[in-house]
Formats: sequence, C-alpha cells, structure tokens
Amino acid sequence: MNKTLLNLGILVSAVGIVWWFAAGANTGWTKTSVQRLERDPVTEIETPVWDKRFVPGIELLAVAGAVSIAFIAAARLLRRKTASKT
Amino acid sequence: MKKLLIPTLALVLAAASASAASLAFDFKDPKGVNNATFKLDAPLEAISGSANGISGKVMFDPAKPASLTGKIVIAAKSLHVGNPVMLGHLHSDGWLDVSKHPEIAFEVVSVKNAKTEGAVTTADVAGKFTLKGVTKDLTIPAKITYLKDKLKARGGQQDGDLLVIRSSFTIKRADFGIKPGEAEDKVSNEIEIGLSVAGASPKA
Repeated sequence: MNKTLLNLGILVSAVGIVWWFAAGANTGWTKTSVQRLERDPVTEIETPVWDKRFVPGIELLAVAGAVSIAFIAAARLLRRKTASKT
Repeated sequence: MKKLLIPTLALVLAAASASAASLAFDFKDPKGVNNATFKLDAPLEAISGSANGISGKVMFDPAKPASLTGKIVIAAKSLHVGNPVMLGHLHSDGWLDVSKHPEIAFEVVSVKNAKTEGAVTTADVAGKFTLKGVTKDLTIPAKITYLKDKLKARGGQQDGDLLVIRSSFTIKRADFGIKPGEAEDKVSNEIEIGLSVAGASPKA
C-alpha cells in the first residue's frame, strides 16, 4: 500500500510537471483564454482577440505538487506504522 | 434695421458654414476592431485585458481639429482578462460592479496644444472620465488621424470618412472608488489604459 501511495505521489508530480511544461510553462495564473493581436489594414488599429485555450498556470503546478507531497507523506506514515507494529 | 440685417445675416451664414464643416463620427463597431486595453501591476504577473464594447459619437472638423467634441463609451461588461476567477472579481461589486455601473466614458470638454501634420493631429484632450459611477476631470494625450474617403475600404457599400483616435494614459483606481487603499500589495493602484478607436462618418 505504501509503495502504491509513493508511486502515485511520484506520478502526480511527474504528470503535473510534464503537462505544465508541454502547455507552455506559464509562470502566471491559469488562463482559459489567450490574447493575440490582429491589425486592421485600413485604420492600422491593433485589436486584442481572445482565443479560448486552457493554459495551466503556476497554481495548478503547486496543486499537483501539494497532492504529490500528500501521497508521499501518507506513504511514509504508513511505512512507519507498519515498521512500529513489527 | 437694414444696417443690422446684412451683417447679422453674414454672421449667421458664417456660423452655419463653420458647424457644417464638422463631421459626425459614430464609434459603434460591430466588427469589434475598436478596443480599449488596460494593465495593472501585480506580484505574480501583470493583469492585462481589453474591452471591445465601444460606442460613442464625436464631432470633428478637419480644418479646425481643436474644435473636437463628443463622447466615447465603453461597455463595462465587455472588459475581459484571461483568468476566469480574475474576470469574475473584475466584474463584481467589489471592483467594477458592472451591473450597477454599465458604462465607462470619456466626454471631451476642450482640446489644447493641437498640432496638425497632414492628416494627423496630436493634442491634449481635456474631459470628464467616468468609471464605476465616479466622474473626474482628466486631460489625456491623443493622436487623431483623419482618413478621408476611407470608409468604403473597410468593407460595405457606403462612401465616407474615418476618424481614428488613439490615446494612452494612467489613472488611479482609488480615485474612482475601486477598493481605495486596499489590496495594493496584490493589485497596483495605477491602471494603464490604451484606447484605439475608429469612427465612421458616412457621406449623405
């Protein structure tokens, strides 16, 4: 059981880091829309246009880290309890 | 009586021709090209967003740019940022309270230091800026570009002129009752605002 918890902790951490990195390594807050600029050829006005796109932010990385630590801590606790019983 | 009649008539005609030279520009833009941007400093990343619910009317005389009058209005609900939680806060009663105060507006009072080079006029535009129901006197730098006969180039069948107004200025949210003195460690008191709008004046 504690090995499963440990592996889960490592998996959550790894998935979180890889997902965050693959999505652009955004060091800001999570976004559900991202801005790009479009230029009007007649007036030359640059207009921000919002594209719907999910970009995980630093807080989601922190959540993945916290969940990972929780699993690893649980694994350690269980291991200690098992060791003290034997 | 006859001595007064001719000069009076001349004066009336002169006034009529002067006001006739002013063109009415409508800034309602269904294509959403007209926009305002805003930016506030914050610890993790700057909060930046935009609004495209622009409307308003401006009177402009290409021969007398300093006679510019009118009002530009931004629909408060059209303000947008990329983070949905932040967006909720922005529209809420604690911040912009968009349901109670649906409009952000700038009304021109006077134009100073107007300098014209070709179709472009730069000036300091004094006016009344309204945000969250609070109106303050504000003078903003503006660049006004008159594009004669360019309305058709934007699409559509109508001939006419375009007027492009650009401005960048900074305000303090505390001056407009937006959480004055609060959360300044999380959200800057200063808001940088950019305005890029084009109005159309169709030919009759």
